[in-house]
Amino acid sequence: MTSPVFDRIAEIIAENSEVAHEDITPGAHVINDLGIDSLDFLDIVFAIDKAFGIKVPVETWTQEVNAGTAPAEQYFVMGNLAQRIEELVAAKQAKG
Amino acid sequence: MRLEYFQMVDRVVTLGADHISVESQVPETSPVFEGHFPGYPIVPGVLLVETMAQTAGWLLLALERMERMPFLLKVNGANFRGFVGPGAKLVVEAKRTHDGSGYAVAEARILSEGKRVADAEITFRIMPFPAEALREAMTATASRIGLPGHSGAGQA
Repeated sequence: MTSPVFDRIAEIIAENSEVAHEDITPGAHVINDLGIDSLDFLDIVFAIDKAFGIKVPVETWTQEVNAGTAPAEQYFVMGNLAQRIEELVAAKQAKG
Repeated sequence: MRLEYFQMVDRVVTLGADHISVESQVPETSPVFEGHFPGYPIVPGVLLVETMAQTAGWLLLALERMERMPFLLKVNGANFRGFVGPGAKLVVEAKRTHDGSGYAVAEARILSEGKRVADAEITFRIMPFPAEALREAMTATASRIGLPGHSGAGQA
């Protein structure tokens, strides 16, 4: 059972890449497993930004992963990515 | 405008919180016109895209306070609605439509004699200057074209 946010992100990925919708599982790594390149990934982030009215902090995430302060899986495995997006949406709603 | 040097922007006219307007005049002569096209010179569409990308790029550079550089990432829905010939006076406008994390999206268009001749949606990756010489060159050009916040009145 996946969340509505996960399902929406999966739709966005399928629309903006050549990845088949059924391959987008909670355990799939966006880059390593789904093979999404950097341009497609930015298209996906752009679509997520617009769909949820948020600003996905990709730069911060990338810096944390590169600095070794966060594992890549925390942000780039589908289930975790959906959870991060849900947190961003909740934070936005909390701000009003 | 010096086509063969990719100097597409002559002068910044207005700069706002999320938009910019610049002027450019197509030169009367250029080696570019010898090939595009013999007997019927018009500015290549790819250079009109470059003109829009540079205009949007100056907007983003200004918004980034010249601390990070926008690089062209994607051109979406480029339309060329009319020919642009030697001597044409162009007004180029760009508006940032999305401020992402490490990227930005802008809509741009080119007007000639008040008529839209080209438009596109352009996406940029925004990153630290990869070379100090590039930052210095961009700062010097900002002064030449009169980008607000930088000295210089702008010139052709």
